Amino acid sequence: MNSTFITNSLRFVVLLAIQVVIFNNIDFLGFINPYPYILFIILYPVNGSKAGLLVASFFLGLVMDMFSNSGGVHAAACVTLAYFRPTFFKFSFGVSYEYQTVKITDKLTPERFSFILIAVVTHHLVLYLLEIFRFNFIWDILLRTLLSTIFTLLLCIIIIYLIKPSKR
Amino acid sequence: MQQIFNFILKNSNRLLFLLLLGISLSLTIQSHSYHRSRYISSANVFTGFVYEKINNVKEYLNLREQNNQLANENAQLKKLLFNNTDSLTAGSALPKPSGIENVKVYNAKVINNTFNSKENYLTLLGGQQDGIKPDMGVVNSLGVVGIIEKTSSSYSTVQSILNVKSQINAKIKKSNHFGSLIWNGKNVGFAQLIDVPRLASVRKGDTIVTGGRSEIFPENIPIGTIDKVYIDKATNYYTLNVRLFNDMTNLGHVYVIENLKKQEIQKLEEETKNE
Repeated sequence: MNSTFITNSLRFVVLLAIQVVIFNNIDFLGFINPYPYILFIILYPVNGSKAGLLVASFFLGLVMDMFSNSGGVHAAACVTLAYFRPTFFKFSFGVSYEYQTVKITDKLTPERFSFILIAVVTHHLVLYLLEIFRFNFIWDILLRTLLSTIFTLLLCIIIIYLIKPSKR
Repeated sequence: MQQIFNFILKNSNRLLFLLLLGISLSLTIQSHSYHRSRYISSANVFTGFVYEKINNVKEYLNLREQNNQLANENAQLKKLLFNNTDSLTAGSALPKPSGIENVKVYNAKVINNTFNSKENYLTLLGGQQDGIKPDMGVVNSLGVVGIIEKTSSSYSTVQSILNVKSQINAKIKKSNHFGSLIWNGKNVGFAQLIDVPRLASVRKGDTIVTGGRSEIFPENIPIGTIDKVYIDKATNYYTLNVRLFNDMTNLGHVYVIENLKKQEIQKLEEETKNE
């Protein structure tokens, strides 16, 4: 219990630091920035406290907002993702989720991939919808969501398997 | 009563979610209004400190461009100096551009710069301690950069001209016709000058400078050149696509301009309105 708390706190700080220092400065093609900091929400223990996740996600988003001058956009997107995470689990893993045996950091199966995909798409869609809430930018929003999703998804998977804790 | 407690306990996560979502949405909506939320901005001590440290490293990557820019600016100032006929009054005889007499200029450094969203902000090293206050103009040697939005004791945020909320009074240098400079959110190299009357003779390549109508920027600060001319059929106004002199993706040192007569102007306007 205690060690998972420490792992999570560490992940919170490290992911935020990497996001602010490196990934916020990528500006691929001038407007695409990946947001792999949401890995914190994705990797949060399945059987961990839900209220804890909600509060942690809120602060995660809030710090991001401070750094990017965006009001409460990241906070809203993160809280939404955190709240719907169990639903996505149920959708992606089906019955096995009920027994809480899901491990995300394991071999990349279609279930795991679909879970990460849905999580990233949800977060980015909420994020960009709130960030540019003007109807004449609708195609722009969809394009940005699509491109950033691909980028973030790739980075998330790469990071997960790069720092995957070695088995036993 | 029991039922209410049961309801709260059963739905505690949902209620928590709604509460947090409500807070973040209200912060978002607040940030869309003119005066942004006070706490969630990169002008605070923590984020300012982090950006300053990051910038200490990033600064080295474009030292060459920064040096070139400063050298060019020095050359221009030297040109003004050497072309003076009377060397005795060299210092004081610099030609004064109109409108600059009542202006104070502070030096500041850009420590964070965004240009990939629709509402872009810069963070400056330099705040209230250095005399920087909200609603001052920010320029560099090439042209207009933006307007100070919020300040803390040693940092400040700037609403860049690459922000769909930004609106700056500008004019065509040759003909003195006024318009408003906005950004349509598409290309970081271009801004748009709207509401230029059809009487104005506009040609591709003409220079756009700040107009004298705002109390934020002095007159005749360069902005860019006309790249394309569109005619708005409904209103009979021109919309001009302006190629910015500034590369907004690469900013180093900037100057913050304070109009010392601003309060006087505002007070006068207020009194006139109230009568």
